[in-house]
Amino acid sequence: MSGKPKLTYFNGRGRMESVRWLLAAAGVEFEEVFLETREQYLKLIQDGDLLFDQVPLVDIDGMKMVQTRAILSYIAGKHNLYGKDLKERALYIDTYVEGTMDLMQMILTLPFSLPEAKEKNLPLIIEKAKNRYFPAYEKVLKQHCQGFLVGNQLSWADVHLLEAILMVEEKDPTVLSEFPLLQGFKTRISNMPTIKKFLQPGSQRKPQPDDKYVATVMKILKEAMYYSI
Amino acid sequence: MSVKAKLHYFNGRGRMETIRWLLAVAGVEFEEYFFETREELIKLQQSGVLLFQQVPLVEIDGMNMVQTRAILNYIAAKHNLYGKHLKERALIDMYVEATMDLNDLVMCHPMQPPEGREKNLALIVDKATNRYFPAYEKVLKDHGQDYLVGNQFSRADVQVPETILMMEEMKPDILAKFPLLQGFKARISNNPTIKKFLQPGSQRKSEIEEKMIPQVMKIF
Repeated sequence: MSGKPKLTYFNGRGRMESVRWLLAAAGVEFEEVFLETREQYLKLIQDGDLLFDQVPLVDIDGMKMVQTRAILSYIAGKHNLYGKDLKERALYIDTYVEGTMDLMQMILTLPFSLPEAKEKNLPLIIEKAKNRYFPAYEKVLKQHCQGFLVGNQLSWADVHLLEAILMVEEKDPTVLSEFPLLQGFKTRISNMPTIKKFLQPGSQRKPQPDDKYVATVMKILKEAMYYSI
Repeated sequence: MSVKAKLHYFNGRGRMETIRWLLAVAGVEFEEYFFETREELIKLQQSGVLLFQQVPLVEIDGMNMVQTRAILNYIAAKHNLYGKHLKERALIDMYVEATMDLNDLVMCHPMQPPEGREKNLALIVDKATNRYFPAYEKVLKDHGQDYLVGNQFSRADVQVPETILMMEEMKPDILAKFPLLQGFKARISNNPTIKKFLQPGSQRKSEIEEKMIPQVMKIF
């Protein structure tokens, strides 16, 4: 046993991408097992590996962890990315990551919606990013003035926000044009060594989903996306 | 005893209900401000206290907290309902995240068009009976303890019963195949603060009435 966390998921972003980001930011090497067939997935269920028959699954420290937030909280807690006290954790980090999670969730479900819905939803997502989420984080950076969202060191919230910014920028490259502090934040956090490494080609970061990815996921899960991912 | 928290939401379960449960169990008294119109929500949004323009909002310990999970995490940690260490917390998180998935399905159910409701109900019952409840039944069976995690009362022992009760409203015999969950539910329901919360007249909210749905949708 290598001792490295082992991630089981489809070969694409989905709900696992935030886990990859956080492990990478923490400088933790990890292995990946990609689900390619329904048989593999059913075997995982039969073997009792999936507590609620769902992936992401992360084998870490002797636990078979499921549920994305549980996994992320554990990694953040273990690797000193969760603030220094309860207030930093709950009032700030938890609150901020819930916002970025809501935003990224909209983007991650987009490829699985019907074409008409996709066309309608993308502008709505950009609008929410520009009018609800990014203004909130811009304000936090302005008031907090430390370069990080919380305290004076990198936390889960910073990693998650960077991930969200890059994801939205893939859809609209101008989205940060009215947010100078977020632009600075993006540059600064991207240049932190572990994150810079993760942003290089050849890292375990996954590309945007394509039709092949969507088809694979739907074939493996064979049910309505909302209920199963 | 002075009120320790103030909740801002509409007069119904929604995303605030789990927070009410946890506060009640933790013995934290709270006041509630209910929106009845969209204008009231807009006023709150304009006041700047809602970080993402959304409710729930809970004023607690000098903070204006938003985002349901952040609020629940805070209450649980502060009141020793989050396990003894990181790994117990991880298990608790896994269990409560699943209840929140199921609660979301239940919460969105009244918004389904009438033609889709029966199918949606069947789907929810199927998930509860074939995905979620078997998992909790197995957890109880494997460790043989009274509580879900670490042999002590935690938020998982509040959130799982909350979900069970909601599911029983949809299908009264839903625990028929889960003897350990039946015992668990009975035991937890007798916990003094929970027993009190389950009495009529508590701040627990009932299922949303059909006629209220248009009004609630107008607010949000």
